[in-house]
Amino acid sequence: MLKELKTNIINTIVNLKPGEIGIITNFSVDQIPVKLQEMGCLPGNEVRLIQVAPFNDPLFLSVNGNFLAIRKETAELIEISKVA
Amino acid sequence: MSKTINVALIGNPNTGKTSIFNLLTGLKQKVGNYPGITVEKKEGFCKLPNGDKAHVIDLPGTYSLNASSADEQLVVELLLNPQSQDYPELAVVVTDVENLKRNLLLFTQIKDLNVPTVLVINMADQIERRGISLDIDLLEKNLNTKVVLVSSRKNVGIEQLKETVANYKQLNTTGCVDLRKIDPGYFAKLEDAYRGEDLYQLWLVVSQGEPLLKINKNLLPVNEYSERNTSEIKRLQQKETIERYLFINKILKKAYNVDITKAKDWRGVLDRILTHKFWGYIVFFMIMLLMFQAIYNWSSIPMDFIDQSFSRFSEWTKNTLPAGALTDLLSEGVIPGVGGIVIFVPQIAFLFLFISILEESGYMSRIVFLMDRVMRRFGLSGKSVVPLISGTACAIPAVMASRNIENWKERLITILVTPFTTCSARLPVYLIIIALVIPDQTVLGFNVQGLTLMGLYVLGFGMAVFAAFILNKVIKNRSRTFFVVEMPGYKLPLLKNVLYTVIEKTKSFVLVAGKIILAISIVLWFLASNGYSDEFHHAEEIVRSQSQSGQLSESDIETAIASYQLRHSYIGTVGRAIEPAIRPLGYDWKIGIALISSFAAREVFVGTLATIYSVGNDEEATIKQRMSEDVNQRTGRKLFNFPTGISLLLFYAFALQCMSTIAIVKKETNGWKWPLIQLGFMSGFAYIVAMLAYQLLA
Ligand SMILES: Nc1nc2c(ncn2[C@@H]2O[C@H](COP(=O)(O)OP(=O)(O)OP(=O)(O)O)[C@@H](O)[C@H]2O)c(=O)[nH]1
Ligand SMILES: [Mg+2]
Repeated sequence: MLKELKTNIINTIVNLKPGEIGIITNFSVDQIPVKLQEMGCLPGNEVRLIQVAPFNDPLFLSVNGNFLAIRKETAELIEISKVA
Repeated sequence: MSKTINVALIGNPNTGKTSIFNLLTGLKQKVGNYPGITVEKKEGFCKLPNGDKAHVIDLPGTYSLNASSADEQLVVELLLNPQSQDYPELAVVVTDVENLKRNLLLFTQIKDLNVPTVLVINMADQIERRGISLDIDLLEKNLNTKVVLVSSRKNVGIEQLKETVANYKQLNTTGCVDLRKIDPGYFAKLEDAYRGEDLYQLWLVVSQGEPLLKINKNLLPVNEYSERNTSEIKRLQQKETIERYLFINKILKKAYNVDITKAKDWRGVLDRILTHKFWGYIVFFMIMLLMFQAIYNWSSIPMDFIDQSFSRFSEWTKNTLPAGALTDLLSEGVIPGVGGIVIFVPQIAFLFLFISILEESGYMSRIVFLMDRVMRRFGLSGKSVVPLISGTACAIPAVMASRNIENWKERLITILVTPFTTCSARLPVYLIIIALVIPDQTVLGFNVQGLTLMGLYVLGFGMAVFAAFILNKVIKNRSRTFFVVEMPGYKLPLLKNVLYTVIEKTKSFVLVAGKIILAISIVLWFLASNGYSDEFHHAEEIVRSQSQSGQLSESDIETAIASYQLRHSYIGTVGRAIEPAIRPLGYDWKIGIALISSFAAREVFVGTLATIYSVGNDEEATIKQRMSEDVNQRTGRKLFNFPTGISLLLFYAFALQCMSTIAIVKKETNGWKWPLIQLGFMSGFAYIVAMLAYQLLA
């Protein structure tokens, strides 16, 4: 049962550890600025967490070949599935 | 007959637009490795190979035509307004070869506006080290455009670019992505509602609403059209973005390849340290420390030299030129006044050198990353760090640099608090007062004067942050926060760019300040050497009759006469009229005059005192000596004593005494409201704090 629970928890970018990679699965279009999507934050794209500032905020990522930093509040809205 | 065509340089931030602009036009606009160096439109001309002339417009970088900050807005407004004088006949889209994929997104959008478009792929010098291979012909064919490979650092490809610009008429203007494919139903309806309008432009106006409406009056009812469907619009925008990337990926798959094994890069290693939770802050702190160290210690040698040269020059003038009013004006007004500014050249040069290196290396974005969280507590953004740091040079470019902060409230607060940071114009004032009232002693290995100066810088930042905290509570937040900052790759600062910035900025500081000071010192000198009252004209008789003969030496009497005359000159009369208002702060009428004249610009303070203290004085003492010996007539104590000095330092730390700052804040906030509030608040606050300090200490 525990195992089932684990797989059901939704991962977001915030759950990545520095160096880990995820694939963006989903986010609410209303809440994610167009600019971020245009910088490559789109479903299906790969995102790698490079570094986090203290308190996990902001987060420094590389997505679709771009290097950028976003705040935690935004990162929490972007769902991903982790890649080993 | 030759003609002139408008050519706009458009592209993502930090792709080298300004570097190319400088090469084309021979101008020297500022370049830097931070997204958002250019925040306003810059223009220049370029002669084309066919004899025509290009009117080249350098624009702020933009990620897309969906503008999200004030500098990006400018680009969209230009492209959607065919009536504009600058409406481009040709768009040159500048891209960075390392970020081609993302850069092409904007390219497809611009191409869809059906403007003739050239694709410039810049930074060609990086192709090899990054292991990139590129098929230009294939790109040209698939993108329906002309591609020019450029390296502005190596000055490669510029001639070819000029050639292409000259032949812009041959460019194909078909678009890249057909919106109708995204949602046939929606776009058919939209097209129907506004027949005759270009669909993509229509869509841009619909999706961005209000800000773009003023451009095209025909689309006025669009507002209602868009308000009903915000969510739907966002969904369509996402689909559009995906569609564009599909188009781009399909092309790049064949035409662009990166062989990672061949790529050489140190950004990974550097970022692990420079953005580290702990080490990142240590490095940042060390860099700041080094910067202040350089400004205060390294520059003292050239400063002493300049100081001596000017006082020698002044003496020489006095001894060599025939005695008279003109010589007095030169040796007592102009030379000390100008010298008072030139002496700060070494410090200002160091300041600009550091800021320029921070910007050119790519480190600035890392500071933004490190500081965002802290700054947010005070209603600022990590991006506010850039204005606050560059504000130590001058508040005017700093206020403008706030343009790339997306959130209006964060931007407004940044604009309002930036003038608290210790700008280079405050330095002269601080240094002279510190020299007068703070003992030149060493405590625990630190020089007390140096510590005081450092303390004033900390005070400036502290006050900026504190004011932000208050403003954050007071100003109602209208816009939603979001924050995206690009982290550019590290670059070795180009010596040419850095030196150029340093020389140019320092020169303009001296010229601008020099002009004001020259003018003011002439006026002041005149006002101080003339008067209308009986007391002024009969100063000698009055003073002699008052002092009983024999008690004073002849030279003392002469000094007394000169000072009596100064008190009753035009300037003395004005100064004494305002004295009651500034007495609680510990100032006399001379400081009052300096205060008034420095309302246009702070650095005038020193020049003013230099002039006042030179008039009618023949002794060879330096201005500083005269100031330190001056006695306040009312209290009988030294005028520049400790309480008065501290009160002056605090006044100059907080008061907004800079016309240019007021003007730029008015421009950036579109009205008089904020600059006036800022002026009132800062000056009122300065007055109160200075008064409290004096009353407590005296
Ligand atoms: N290696 C390399 N670097 C370049 C080249 N052209 C420009 N740069 C560097 O790229 C950075 C950005 O250059 P800018 O000309 O300021 O770019 P911009 O597009 O005007 O930037 P914004 O005004 O911020 O949008 C600077 O550090 C330049 O020195 C090039 O051809 N090769
Ligand atoms: Mg630029």
